[in-house]
Amino acid sequence: MVVETATQTVKAGLAQMLKGGVIMDVVTPEHARIAAEAGACSVMALERVPSDIRSSGGVARMSDPSLIRGIIDAVSIPVMAKVRIGHFVEASILEALGVDYIDESEVLTPADESFHINKHQFAVPFVCGCRDLGEALRRIAEGAAMIRTKGEAGTGNIVEAVRHMRAVQGAISRLQSMGDEELVSYSRDIGAPVELVRQTREMGRLPVVNFAAGGVATPADAALMMRLGADGVFVGSGIFKSEEPARMANAIVRAVTHYEDDDILADVSTDLPSAMPGLEIDKIPESEILAKRGW
Amino acid sequence: MVNGTRKRLELVTALSTNSMGEAERLGSMVVGVLALQGDFAEHAAAVRRVGANVLEVRTAEQLSRVDGLIIPGGESTTIARLMIAYGLREPIVERARAGLPIWGTCAGAILLAEEIVTLDRPGLRLVPMTVERNAFGRQIDSFEADLSPGVLGGGALHAIFIRAPRIRSVADGVEVLLRLGPEMEHEPVAVQWRSLMATTFHPELTEDTRLHERFIAMCEAYAAEASRSALAAAGGSG
Repeated sequence: MVVETATQTVKAGLAQMLKGGVIMDVVTPEHARIAAEAGACSVMALERVPSDIRSSGGVARMSDPSLIRGIIDAVSIPVMAKVRIGHFVEASILEALGVDYIDESEVLTPADESFHINKHQFAVPFVCGCRDLGEALRRIAEGAAMIRTKGEAGTGNIVEAVRHMRAVQGAISRLQSMGDEELVSYSRDIGAPVELVRQTREMGRLPVVNFAAGGVATPADAALMMRLGADGVFVGSGIFKSEEPARMANAIVRAVTHYEDDDILADVSTDLPSAMPGLEIDKIPESEILAKRGW
Repeated sequence: MVNGTRKRLELVTALSTNSMGEAERLGSMVVGVLALQGDFAEHAAAVRRVGANVLEVRTAEQLSRVDGLIIPGGESTTIARLMIAYGLREPIVERARAGLPIWGTCAGAILLAEEIVTLDRPGLRLVPMTVERNAFGRQIDSFEADLSPGVLGGGALHAIFIRAPRIRSVADGVEVLLRLGPEMEHEPVAVQWRSLMATTFHPELTEDTRLHERFIAMCEAYAAEASRSALAAAGGSG
């Protein structure tokens, strides 16, 4: 019997198991337990949630391994952690820690302005952010086994997440009506490998699981992203920056499962504790827009 | 594919001597896929490939309309929690006890087990076996392997194990359908007990529909039996 590990199938397969679920940012083992109890399908272990990274400034790096180990020990659901764009040594460290998924994330300060990590070289799978179809397919070409639309992390404002999801889904639907002769020049225009563009056209969706991220603050936000075609939702600051994290976590999990059921959505949105205070995107200085990191 | 189609035709033929209503009911046989979290869409697609009707199940009302239920892969703690929170756990247990075919893959297999090692909330406790969660290790230990097809017949079955559970023991009467190879001590990875089937890997992630065909044949037999008893009950009272 031949046993193969770290194949693209098992890497992308774990993301398929996360579908229909909520992945929550947590900064302590206690947060991780609250998230798991509320029904999170995975947690993202980090030192500061994006809204705190945004307000405190400075260089944001991979979290301390002791924090990540503490969270791995606290819960039995899969644990993800973030590395800086292009920082393949941080990625090796996370792989050695036994993290289940690595997020090569624009939320941290990029380490390389030209290249993302060659993710094929790792046994652990990677998730990467995108703003449009070309960016998603470039990341998949580098070995990403899961994609998330970037949104604008730490703002509690869903507008960028919607923009990015609509960009991806709109491009895929335009692709459906393209003939073979158009594919090569279209691939050149969006800067993506033609084989992946062809595969996307044939599947009618991204070749890997695609979650929404960056700005989800309420159950309605989460359900909106699901209706726009997300396979699941990342919630960063939205849970532990709300007034009652456990209730908000429960409500968002329920909204993602029942995203098409208006009665349940009305129910889970009723008398919720205050969501995190939001930021208007055009009030954020250009240099602090996280989604522009990566290419 | 061929086997499944043939079986269905045989059943339909067997019933055509009865009232048309019964055959129609069989034609409207519905396989439910529990759609709380996980890869339910992949299962639904596989069921459609075999040619059966699918219903995504998120409520007790939807559960009452199905002739079989697949509990997909996903995060077992999440699915277990949502089954309780949404009032689905008791109705699933009740229908299983009344003979509804249920098939759990990976997380679903965990939830079917009577004993679960390291799950902090109750599962369905339906199959007399002990299952340990994430027992091969973390994600980097996830693997693919070819299994000898056993009772399924045909060529080797390619199996995908993702943060998979391990079946640590099974009670007498639980049939082992598939096992890993000698390097992994022939440990069981697919079992059946009465109308309940559990696999620790993910047939829904491959093109091979042999296990889906087997399960759909179980659902068809159940639906046919249910409509026969409904007919007998109607005849008895009339």
